Amino acid sequence: MKKYTFNEKKDTRSGFGAGLSELGKKNPNVVVLCADLTGSLKMDGFAKEHPERFFQIGIAEANMMGIAAGLTIGGKIPFTGTFANFSTGRVYDQIRQSIAYSNKNVKICASHAGLTLGEDGATHQILEDLGLMKMLPGMVVINPCDYNQTKAATIAIAEYVGPVYLRFGRPVVPNFTAADQKFEIGKALVLNEGVDVSIFATGHLVWKAIEAGEILATQGINAEIINIHTIKPLDNAAIIASAKKTGCVVTAEEHQMNGGLGDSIAQLLSRELPTPIEMVAVNDSFGESGTPEQLMIKYGLDTVNIIAAVKKVLERRSSSKQLA
Amino acid sequence: MASILELEKICTQVRRDIVRMVHAVNSGHPGGSLGCTEYLVALYFETMAHNPSNFKMDGLGEDLFFLSNGHISPVFYSVLSRSGYFELNELHTFRKLNSRLQGHPTTHEGLPGVRIASGSLGQGLSVAIGAALAKKLNNDNNIIYSLHGDGELQEGQIWEAAMYAAGRKVDNIISTVDFNGQQIDGSTDQVLPLGDLKAKWEAFGWDVLSMNGNNLQEVVETLKIAKTHTGKGKPVLILMKTEMGHGVDFMTGSHKWHGIAPNNEQLAQALEQNIETLGDY
Repeated sequence: MKKYTFNEKKDTRSGFGAGLSELGKKNPNVVVLCADLTGSLKMDGFAKEHPERFFQIGIAEANMMGIAAGLTIGGKIPFTGTFANFSTGRVYDQIRQSIAYSNKNVKICASHAGLTLGEDGATHQILEDLGLMKMLPGMVVINPCDYNQTKAATIAIAEYVGPVYLRFGRPVVPNFTAADQKFEIGKALVLNEGVDVSIFATGHLVWKAIEAGEILATQGINAEIINIHTIKPLDNAAIIASAKKTGCVVTAEEHQMNGGLGDSIAQLLSRELPTPIEMVAVNDSFGESGTPEQLMIKYGLDTVNIIAAVKKVLERRSSSKQLA
Repeated sequence: MASILELEKICTQVRRDIVRMVHAVNSGHPGGSLGCTEYLVALYFETMAHNPSNFKMDGLGEDLFFLSNGHISPVFYSVLSRSGYFELNELHTFRKLNSRLQGHPTTHEGLPGVRIASGSLGQGLSVAIGAALAKKLNNDNNIIYSLHGDGELQEGQIWEAAMYAAGRKVDNIISTVDFNGQQIDGSTDQVLPLGDLKAKWEAFGWDVLSMNGNNLQEVVETLKIAKTHTGKGKPVLILMKTEMGHGVDFMTGSHKWHGIAPNNEQLAQALEQNIETLGDY
């Protein structure tokens, strides 16, 4: 069992801000748009360093998406920034027509995704954004797990030509991935090789999957833990290879079960390699006010829920073997 | 420089294209297309500096046009084709399977001359502003043009964009509103009154001009004047009075021809009123 450690907890949104600052220095075509949330999105660094390439749009997200699409026509690489709720559901048709269908090189960067937004409550806690975005043809959907990975992803998507949805969050979480990592869009990362069960996690749930894996190891269960930072395009080969090896799967994400990572993996496996699967996700419910920790416990997105899902799927695998 | 007579000939031919295209597939939007014919012909054959034979998405060093009310694609396609963006023959494929001439304009099939998909209303002004901002960043002094329906002004995004363009002094854009007073369900007064549009746009901080969009000479001259209003700290808006269906008497002035095609007799009648000038496609 590989041991993961971290020196500090940091927010993924700050990783985004750091990535933007770095991009600002090295790519003159990168421009940044914000809908009155510069501080929350940690875009202040870029805004200060490159005021001529920073566009404060005001509280007008639909207009921001359209302006971003237009900026690409002059060869710019726009990064839009607002909360995940206002980056997706609020402006779905603008993204669909002016960005996705028009194949514009816009990077839709979304913070405060999911329950961990916390006290502001369900109006702001979008749990449907991955589903909304992955349904759009040609849209790349990325949900990195920590500060370093979010920074690396931010830098990587500027090199990719085409629309991208980059999702990150508000709370501080363990920053455990390497600072010098290269981010490869669509490449699943095996964090721990195992043989008993495959745990596919994304975003904030990746660290919880690592914690679950450590506890399971003490109980004699050797879990394979894979970080699926790219929901679309999904790393089909890596998922199938792992499921083939372990014969049972748990998915974990801070999102609705409908439309999320688990749904994508279930779809893949039911076509290619039917495998028992359990999903740790929000089950058709809105969130509510509370601290991020309280909410992750109440809505079943905690380490214990991953462990319980593993036990359940192991049982299902063994009973299906007995039947066979 | 084209003469007014030459431009008039183009308008007549474009009107023939519009009714023939819509008739051929028994679908499409002839009313608004006919009403905006003078505007688009003036823009593409007289006003804009552009490069039809070598279309580049970036449009660096060119004036660019964005059609926000995408349903008037027949007039857009006809004008694009006749100004040299693609073969006239391709107009035969309008709204048919495997065509680049989709019901509403799109970049998806790579049709030269189209830089953004439109059809879902209210989005084109934001896109045009983005393109105008890119021109400023690129130190490109060319102008961005956009066209919007008047019914489209009921979409809130238009006013978000209007507020932004004036607030940020996006003064390299000339937007035009096709003020024909009609929309699908009836007159704009019946569906939702637009109020005093001149006062509204001025209150948002735009420099507002007006013209009769079916008077070719006036359109050419107003577009020339509008250009002299750019670069002065304000975005420019032209309120363009038109008649929906202009140039085909039985289609004129009624919302009924917003989105239906003429039958065989109606087509013959429409073509009689617009005698072939430059050759049908």
